[in-house]
Amino acid sequence: MALAAFLLIAAVALVSALGLILKRNAVHGALFLVVNLGSIAALYLMLGAEFLAAAQVIIYAGAIMVLFVFAIMVLIPGKEETGPDPRRSYRLLAAPLGALLLFELAVALAARRGAPGAATAPAGSVEAIGRLLFTDFLFPFELTSVLLLAAMVGVLLLARRRA
Amino acid sequence: MIPEAYYLALSAVLFTIGVVGVVIRRNPLVIFMSIELALNAANLALVAFGQRHGSPEGQVLVFFVMAVAAAEVAVGLAIIVAIFRLRQRLSVDDLSLMRW
Repeated sequence: MALAAFLLIAAVALVSALGLILKRNAVHGALFLVVNLGSIAALYLMLGAEFLAAAQVIIYAGAIMVLFVFAIMVLIPGKEETGPDPRRSYRLLAAPLGALLLFELAVALAARRGAPGAATAPAGSVEAIGRLLFTDFLFPFELTSVLLLAAMVGVLLLARRRA
Repeated sequence: MIPEAYYLALSAVLFTIGVVGVVIRRNPLVIFMSIELALNAANLALVAFGQRHGSPEGQVLVFFVMAVAAAEVAVGLAIIVAIFRLRQRLSVDDLSLMRW
């Protein structure tokens, strides 16, 4: 039962990822990406990571994708990838290179068969994560706020209209 | 309980799709979204590894990745909008010079 659910969600994730990179329209691509992010949130739930599933939906599917869709609207979609591709031969190289990368990842996956340790009980409760965030990872956590502030100031600077 | 090798395999395939998307697309926005796809694939692998070892640290790491991704998206989209304002076109093939 769980396996069937996993396969279904994985199929949705794969199809939406392919839709993102194969559809010409950027808006369609953004919607496919939302589906993909939602299916990954479902996989987080299956893994027992409830906090991340919620954060995935709120941060990625919510905030980040709204930003993407907004940028696509501002930038007049559909005009940038029309007409023949002047560098088609180079881009066709992506297929063998992607296959090579996938092969490499498969080799790395197969090589870790002998890794020790069986799957233990899932230990990802919100309480455990919060405790870890405010003890062991307190410094990176505070640095994150500085990073977000810096990003905000940088964006304001970049988006300012030259007078 | 699904073996975490399945999650890792799915993560590997999604990451590859993201990388291929970066190479084959001309629209910088779609390239950016493909990068997000690859980031998410890496996050999935991190969570799967964390659950395997029964420690929440993998999830904490993913939380940080999400925060950094949010900052990265904000700055990246601002740069794309600034370039579009300057050139009135939006194709990575036009942007092969660092300065002009």
